[in-house]
Amino acid sequence: MRPFEYASPETEAEAADLLADHDGNTAVLAGGTDLLTLLKRDLVTPQRVVDLKTVPSLVGVTPDIDGVRIGALTPLDELQQNPLLAGYQSLLDAIDGIRSVQIQSMGTVGGDLCHLPNCWYFRSGHGLLAMENGESLVETGENRYHAILGNHGPAKFVSASRFAPGLISLGARVRIAGPGADDAETIPLEYFYITPRTERQGVTILRPGQFITHILLPSAAGIQSATYDVLASEGLDWPLVSAAAGVQVEGGLVRDCRIVLGHAAPVPWIAHEAARLLTGRPLNEETAAAAGAAAVAAATPLSRNGYKVQMAAVAVKRALLKATGQLEGGL
Amino acid sequence: MAKKQVVSTTINGQQEEFLCEPRQTLLEVLRDVLDMTGTKEGCSNGNCGACTVLLNGRPIDSCLVLAVEVEGAEIETIEGVAPAGGLHPLQTAFLEQAALQCGICTPGFIMQAKALLEQKPNPTEREIRFYLAGNLCRCTGYDKIVRAVQQAATAQQEVQV
Ligand SMILES: Cc1cc2nc3c(=O)[nH]c(=O)nc-3n(C[C@H](O)[C@H](O)[C@H](O)COP(=O)(O)OP(=O)(O)OC[C@H]3O[C@@H](n4cnc5c(N)ncnc54)[C@H](O)[C@@H]3O)c2cc1C
Ligand code: FES
Ligand code: FES
Repeated sequence: MRPFEYASPETEAEAADLLADHDGNTAVLAGGTDLLTLLKRDLVTPQRVVDLKTVPSLVGVTPDIDGVRIGALTPLDELQQNPLLAGYQSLLDAIDGIRSVQIQSMGTVGGDLCHLPNCWYFRSGHGLLAMENGESLVETGENRYHAILGNHGPAKFVSASRFAPGLISLGARVRIAGPGADDAETIPLEYFYITPRTERQGVTILRPGQFITHILLPSAAGIQSATYDVLASEGLDWPLVSAAAGVQVEGGLVRDCRIVLGHAAPVPWIAHEAARLLTGRPLNEETAAAAGAAAVAAATPLSRNGYKVQMAAVAVKRALLKATGQLEGGL
Repeated sequence: MAKKQVVSTTINGQQEEFLCEPRQTLLEVLRDVLDMTGTKEGCSNGNCGACTVLLNGRPIDSCLVLAVEVEGAEIETIEGVAPAGGLHPLQTAFLEQAALQCGICTPGFIMQAKALLEQKPNPTEREIRFYLAGNLCRCTGYDKIVRAVQQAATAQQEVQV
């Protein structure tokens, strides 16, 4: 690791000031489960690391006007046990999928949302877009785990966040603070992510010195939700693809629904077509399968990841059935 | 640029002060600064759990924590597990069940299992396997480790009865 300064602020305003210094060449430290690895490999080289765990207002889950407010620094195991989150099944499913108690007790929800891609080209120093002499290394290379949707531009990696699909399916918003001590805004989580066209754009809208303070969830009343992961093995790893569904059923018909694919595109991918197809219809095995097919209708797999298309379709179907208590037998 | 910092913490019940750079991990400081080499380094990226210690009672991978983060915290390492002149029930059980071969994973497993038994004195086999999933062992095949934890749980409960 290269040398850096370490700061542990006590308030959000102090954190914003500390992060804005050095022209924003600073890094947020949350649980550190990914940041330390990025630092060790010189993939990020900040002049200052600002530890947000020491800011009490950023930790914990509290009731909000019409829902809950989750501090970005809340550790994953605390989310899992918090009774206020009991109805937010698609979030809880995603946490369960992280098969390491150590990572659950260190990792935070904000850290997951801002997790940089696991793309091996990025991780071995080729940059987010992995371009060499104007050509994508991914396009013709080892792209087994790369994007099948939203991959027409130079970005071929998949969004790493495990929780974003579930949170978006529940209508989450994020509160962003900085770069100034008084700057804060709240936006729907789906607008937080971008597909970069240049190396410098990054994977989120965060500008230097900005950070997530809280995640706001509307009431879960009337929403049935689930996340369904397709895993290569039971162990500690990211899903090959995942789907989250948040569904409102009234009088036996779907009134509203949100379906979001994870690890399928450079951003959490909202499957609008699938949701439209279901609205106004009953949710059963047949319509869920049709929604799955609709979700991947526009997929453009790369040379080695065609297998993910069918997997994503099935993940959508199963997430919908799981959310509504209709998924039977072996998962 | 970054100066060394003094960090005060409690390790295995004893007040400790050490000097470190912000870029040093807790694992590095335990092993190389404080000469507490019981905590092991396997992967250095959070996959293997060999470096597990308890930070304020919670099991964490010390390779993913900066040493400066533990200011004011309480840390428990494998060195503090055995009572004076004896062994912890987990240590006895690991020996009796032959739950180790090369032993590099053992301190991590024992710390993780200790955290489990503090939370859940009588875990099921499934709970044990889930709780230990962040610890890897290349030698034993895990069954003996699981049996050792079961034995230690029973032994601890018998002492309490
Ligand atoms: C060995 C290992 C196995 C894992 N296995 C899985 C798995 O099976 N499935 C899975 O889904 N995940 C897995 N993870 C990922 C883990 O869940 C995430 O790394 C964790 O949630 C990230 O949280 P953190 O608080 O540790 O983030 P950090 O490492 O502290 O931060 C991650 C990134 O986000 C930035 N950041 C953090 N918080 C904020 C904030 N509030 N605002 C702005 N930026 C911020 C940091 O600067 C950094 O770039 C694994 C991780 C490891 C190390
Ligand atoms: S050395 Fe820390 S988890 Fe492997
Ligand atoms: S005993 Fe060798 S790794 Fe576990």
